[in-house]
Amino acid sequence: MTIDQIQNEIISEFDMFNDWTEKYEYIIDLGKSLPVINDAFKTSDNTIKGCQSKVWLYAEYINNKLIFTADSDAIITKGIVAILIRVFSNQSPKDIVDAKTDFIEKIGLKQHLSQTRANGLSSMIKQIKLYAVGYLNK
Amino acid sequence: MKNTTGFNIASIREDFPILRSKVNGKQLVYFDNAATTQTPKVVIDAIVSYYSTLNANIHRGVHSLSQKATEAYEGARKKIQKHLNAKNSSEIIFTSGSTHSINLVANGFIDLLKSGDEIIVSYLEHHSNIVPWQMLCEKTDAIMKVIPMNQDGELIFSEYEKLLSNKTRVVFVNHVSNALGTINPVKEIISKAHEFGAAVLIDGAQALPHFEVDVKDLDVDFYVGSAHKFYGPTGVGILYGKEKWLNKLPPYQGGGEMIDEVTFEKTTYAKLPNKFEAGTPNISGVIASGIAIDYINNIGLKTILKYENALLKYATEKLLEIDGIKIYGNTDNKTSVISFNLGNIHHYDIGSIIDNEGIAVRTGHHCAQPIMDYYKIPGTIRLSLSFYNTKEEIDSLISAIILAKKMLS
Repeated sequence: MTIDQIQNEIISEFDMFNDWTEKYEYIIDLGKSLPVINDAFKTSDNTIKGCQSKVWLYAEYINNKLIFTADSDAIITKGIVAILIRVFSNQSPKDIVDAKTDFIEKIGLKQHLSQTRANGLSSMIKQIKLYAVGYLNK
Repeated sequence: MKNTTGFNIASIREDFPILRSKVNGKQLVYFDNAATTQTPKVVIDAIVSYYSTLNANIHRGVHSLSQKATEAYEGARKKIQKHLNAKNSSEIIFTSGSTHSINLVANGFIDLLKSGDEIIVSYLEHHSNIVPWQMLCEKTDAIMKVIPMNQDGELIFSEYEKLLSNKTRVVFVNHVSNALGTINPVKEIISKAHEFGAAVLIDGAQALPHFEVDVKDLDVDFYVGSAHKFYGPTGVGILYGKEKWLNKLPPYQGGGEMIDEVTFEKTTYAKLPNKFEAGTPNISGVIASGIAIDYINNIGLKTILKYENALLKYATEKLLEIDGIKIYGNTDNKTSVISFNLGNIHHYDIGSIIDNEGIAVRTGHHCAQPIMDYYKIPGTIRLSLSFYNTKEEIDSLISAIILAKKMLS
């Protein structure tokens, strides 16, 4: 699937929820299914700064695609990273660099983009895109 | 809520327009008072009224409006002087906040310290009462020593006594810990420091909203606070300094207002308090801060303290009924702050969930990372109560935490 297709799939999934508790329960479940980063890669280099919770993100370049793994000490953050990984992992660097990120607002997680919280979510997206930029010409 | 403390909570809440607002579709429950307190209508009105009827630059103008604005501004200084029981109003300096006040003093000590001199900080400080002094140490090669804390979140006084010596120049401790609510024995800390000739700065940001402070009785050399934490506007800070100390410190910033005479060869500085108030100050904010002082004095800080302590007791008991709650800072002598965690659940997760229920608490390290390191935790959830909060609001918080626990376990 393309990044756009995955984003649309996520938007329609989130449309089904009637209230915030259902949405958050889903995010928490996603957190539990996050492709977890190998402990060896939980280094300060792979830590995303600016989050209230700790976030580690690691990328591997396999068959011209970037494969992301991550972890966080907070389960909601883990769920949000899981959504980002579902969108951006196993995609080409160019597609990742070009991707829009307005789906976050559409699924009602904009509050996690606020200056205080995320610095979190914005920093995660920035880091994903930075990885992609790094592999753009390889 | 039953009125046991001599004030009408419903009418108090009417004074604060923001308390009627909704957040995420839910009635706002505001429990982040240690970060900033809400603003009563009289204070908001004072700001509007200043710009509608009084706006002029102070101290300089001969015209009537400027004189009126000056009177109102200096009137606020006298209110603060009286409130803190300072000897002279010239010992009250207006700054932009506690942080600014601390930086002003720490910066002034650059000229007064030499290599090998010692300064003492406490483990319980906000970063704003650590970092300016660390910068001072870097510039002067002075050495910083730290008063340790115990598991209950109290400073260990006997250890403090061991740190003091003839090399000690400054001691800086908060009156109340922002992260835990611990009320420190500042009078004893000050008197011990004075035995060694050291100056003492007390950060009163978390004390002024809750109880009476008498700088003469404390015999404190510097006392700082922020208006937005005692129901005033943001951008106004207070620095009380004993005249002899304020005269010793050099000016912090140069500019208008703070001069006596200026030539290109040499400038002589104005007397206190103007020496430390370069430029046009936050005139409306200062005047409104005076109104905030009037407001809390009209209710009475003794009444406020009694009510807040009852709320603290209620909230502590209710929280502890939830299995897995651990409260950090268990001293008997604390303000209405509860710092806690729930089992192994991350504070951020709890904060995010209960925010959806309209409840505002603070999560994180509360700008007091050494305390979190001491307890070996990344942060806590901090509930900080004000006299406009109610038992019903605490019940809402408890329900929200139980919901969060269910969702996150």
